[in-house]
Amino acid sequence: MAQTPRPSIASSQLLTRDQAKALADRVLALSTADQTRVLIVSTWNGNTRFADARITTSGGVTDTTLTVTVAIGQRQASSSTNVLDEASLKRTVDLAMRLARLSPEDPELMPELGPQTYQSVNAYVESTADLDPEARASAVRRTMTAATTAGKPAGEIFTAGFLEANARATAVATSKGLFAYHRSTDVDYSVTARTPDGTGSGWARAGARDWNAIDAGSIGRIAAQKAVASRNPQTIEPGLYTAVLEPQAVNDLIPLLGNALAARSADEGRSPFSKPGGGNRIGEKVADERVTLYSDPADRGLLGAPFDVQGLPIGRMVWIEKGTLRNLAYTRFWAEKQGVRPTGGALAGGLALTGGTKSTEEIIAGCARGILVTHFFYIRSLDPRTVLQTGLTRDGTFLIENGKITRALKNFRWNESPLLMLNRLEDIGRPEPTEAGRLMPALRIRDFNFTSLSDAV
Amino acid sequence: MSPTRRDFIKATTSTAAALAVGHRLGLSAVAQTLPAPAADAAVIDLANEALNAARSAGASYADVRIGRYRRQSVATRERQVLGVTDAESYGLGVRTLVNGSWGFAATSVMTRAGAQAAALEAIVLSRAARAVQARRVELAPAKPVTGTWITPVTRDPLDVPLEDKIALLLAANEAALKVANVRFVNSSLALLREMKTLLTSEGTNVTQTMIRVGPSFSATAIAGGDFQSYDEELAPRGAGWEYVESLNLPGNAERWASLAAEKLTAKSVQAGQYDLILEPTNLWLTIHESIGHPTELDRAIGEEANYAGTSFVAPPEKVIGQLQYGPDIMNIQADRTQEGSLSRVAWDDEGVPADQWLIVEKGVFKDYQTTREQVARIQTLTGVTRSHGCSFAESWNAVQFQRMPNISLLPGDKDLSVNDIVAATERGILIRNRGSWSIDHQRYNFQFSGQAFYEVRNGKIAGMLRDVAYQSNTPVFWRSMDMIGGKSSYWMGGAFTDGKGEPSQNNSVSHGCVPARFRNVTILNTARSS
Repeated sequence: MAQTPRPSIASSQLLTRDQAKALADRVLALSTADQTRVLIVSTWNGNTRFADARITTSGGVTDTTLTVTVAIGQRQASSSTNVLDEASLKRTVDLAMRLARLSPEDPELMPELGPQTYQSVNAYVESTADLDPEARASAVRRTMTAATTAGKPAGEIFTAGFLEANARATAVATSKGLFAYHRSTDVDYSVTARTPDGTGSGWARAGARDWNAIDAGSIGRIAAQKAVASRNPQTIEPGLYTAVLEPQAVNDLIPLLGNALAARSADEGRSPFSKPGGGNRIGEKVADERVTLYSDPADRGLLGAPFDVQGLPIGRMVWIEKGTLRNLAYTRFWAEKQGVRPTGGALAGGLALTGGTKSTEEIIAGCARGILVTHFFYIRSLDPRTVLQTGLTRDGTFLIENGKITRALKNFRWNESPLLMLNRLEDIGRPEPTEAGRLMPALRIRDFNFTSLSDAV
Repeated sequence: MSPTRRDFIKATTSTAAALAVGHRLGLSAVAQTLPAPAADAAVIDLANEALNAARSAGASYADVRIGRYRRQSVATRERQVLGVTDAESYGLGVRTLVNGSWGFAATSVMTRAGAQAAALEAIVLSRAARAVQARRVELAPAKPVTGTWITPVTRDPLDVPLEDKIALLLAANEAALKVANVRFVNSSLALLREMKTLLTSEGTNVTQTMIRVGPSFSATAIAGGDFQSYDEELAPRGAGWEYVESLNLPGNAERWASLAAEKLTAKSVQAGQYDLILEPTNLWLTIHESIGHPTELDRAIGEEANYAGTSFVAPPEKVIGQLQYGPDIMNIQADRTQEGSLSRVAWDDEGVPADQWLIVEKGVFKDYQTTREQVARIQTLTGVTRSHGCSFAESWNAVQFQRMPNISLLPGDKDLSVNDIVAATERGILIRNRGSWSIDHQRYNFQFSGQAFYEVRNGKIAGMLRDVAYQSNTPVFWRSMDMIGGKSSYWMGGAFTDGKGEPSQNNSVSHGCVPARFRNVTILNTARSS
């Protein structure tokens, strides 16, 4: 049998700054369009999935995709490929130019950006880029061992989970001399534990830029503890209840405000931030005064991308400050039209919700009667006018009485708005990392609208 | 060798009768089709390089998929083009089985060295996976196959000039903007050509070219500080440009847009219990969510527990042949051979020939969706010893696993139309097209909306409603179905991108159905202001 070599690991595969620059320059030289932009995304993904005491799939994938966007006059088009030989690059540039010539003039087309200055963001961590198959399998074993121990009161616990690490290098170059390069890593690990009687299910998740920040045993233990505690759930009538949302549940809802923060939709009258009669609601109170929502790629807890796909610098943006709408997200076109600075997309620089200092346990302790939610599932928009959503609770829904968890509850469907609920805030916890680029607190919300029961465990 | 599908069908005469109906359900066959291309010799060489490397390094089984994907999209709003993109992706994925554990590696470095490195990385992953292995993977037998296939099309959409595509969309937008209060219109085309070669260590060597098209149209009307949108249900299909043209977007857009304007003045629904009449343009998605997903065998045995969830159709030994899913007029057929459907193939991503079988027969749950490694879990319960051919990977860079085939509600014996169902209904609501959708992780509690809602009173349409959603529990809902349309009312919708798995992958799948009535369903009013 042949000697098996070590697997290829991210750090040796991603394009370096010099390699990305050289590739971008080759492509820019091939284009005769009026303006050209090249986006290069070089990626490595290593993943391990398991269920029922078996690794069911595990994979390692490397790829580099190059997208060329050209403008001829006001006509623009894009073409992309992952075949990086000279003939393919030429074909890709030619195709983009042909598509652009065929496209109608775009009155909203903005000229490409020249050189820009970016914040320095170090979001690449070797411990994540080096997370090889053996290390992942070993983490899975630690998780399963912890889950088995914590799940003992319920018998033989069933666990299923997914661990994946990503490393990515992104480069943007334009024919006007812009060149931007950024590397990042992220790792995400989630585990579901189910009790053998089929009546209990628990879940835990951690995500970060740095694998060393994640405790594989703790994820298994928390998932199993929730599974054990959620057995034999009881029914209470659906209705308006105080809800304590754990940070992961908040992480499911708050980013849904991203689309609503688009300035153009607000100015055009089709957003919750539209002012009746025209204009937008910047300067108005839109949430409880304890709430602040911001993006900032340089924030140590976020480490987002310092530029977007056009090379536009992404800086700190405070969307909601102490309950007041301070900013909306402006594309370059809409910013110019309205005479303001462009911001890029609302979620580009990560997202943090802040305003409190308490732990989730303290938020629970302050609740006289309410429902504790571990996380949500299958969230879909019902009404963009209010950002109203529907979805379900999942993997650990409990009744809180007099500051203590007293009973497991059946899951609920709910219809609620992440914006409107911020006006019914009873308490807000300290921001905690929920995934790479996100900081979310626990929230206690009055009159959360639980609309029907679900039999799902 | 396992019995063939036909052997299995012959075993139950009622199944054969249902399938006879099913066979007529495809769209009419395309008159003139393009020839199926074969793989380049260089592609076969690279695949063999990876297979040989995997075998030499100890794989008991290996398969290699080399895919070349071309995706084009054209998006417009009102009188302008929002974007034109054209993307090509080419690469190789190799899956290995070593001592009963899977490994998968993929690369876009398409050289002999790249193919070998990917194969050896897959072996490393297989070996690492042995650290957590409660049982070994065993594959159901499959006869090696060779051949080529292409989606039957008259005209490859990627060969149609871009000017024609833009002109078609802008003409539709222009027609829509004629309607009073309609201020915004979005229309788009998503086009895909997927050429995929599969070689296995067992001798399979097949090359298939799949062509899919996904058009969309949406209009928004604004008046008096309110806005309402209407999305037409333009089914994505495994079809050519001739299908896009047959939809006549420019000719229909004004009528579609007028529905957005009409919604502005529609009556907000009074919440309560109503009889619900679902047009096929709405019901297909309810079938997808409440029948398609719960009958995936990987969900039923817990392999999706951490993501999409498990299933109420479990455990297999308690539900196969026993679970009453709905009334005896309910027959649900899985079919990867259906003309025009999104998941139509000749062979799946394990080289298993496309299959057609019943999931629900006369209201009773009968069988799951399977791949080769899943067959052994249920074969003593179903008597089926072959895979149903449900293996699929979205790209060369993703591992294949069990994905949904086309799953459809077969027509009733009487050739009823939706008008016949309305005429027989005293107090109800009729819903067209998909709206918001959400369902729990075991597929019990769901809430779906639509695009156009009509009040039905004393057998007649009594006017338009808005803010409507229906909420129910899957078994309760299907058991309340008491009328279904006949074969002339059959229509096939579909999802261009259906997510499942970790890392999440997209699958394209169609669902055919007839209009149907459900009794005493909970209707919600989704307008809320505080």
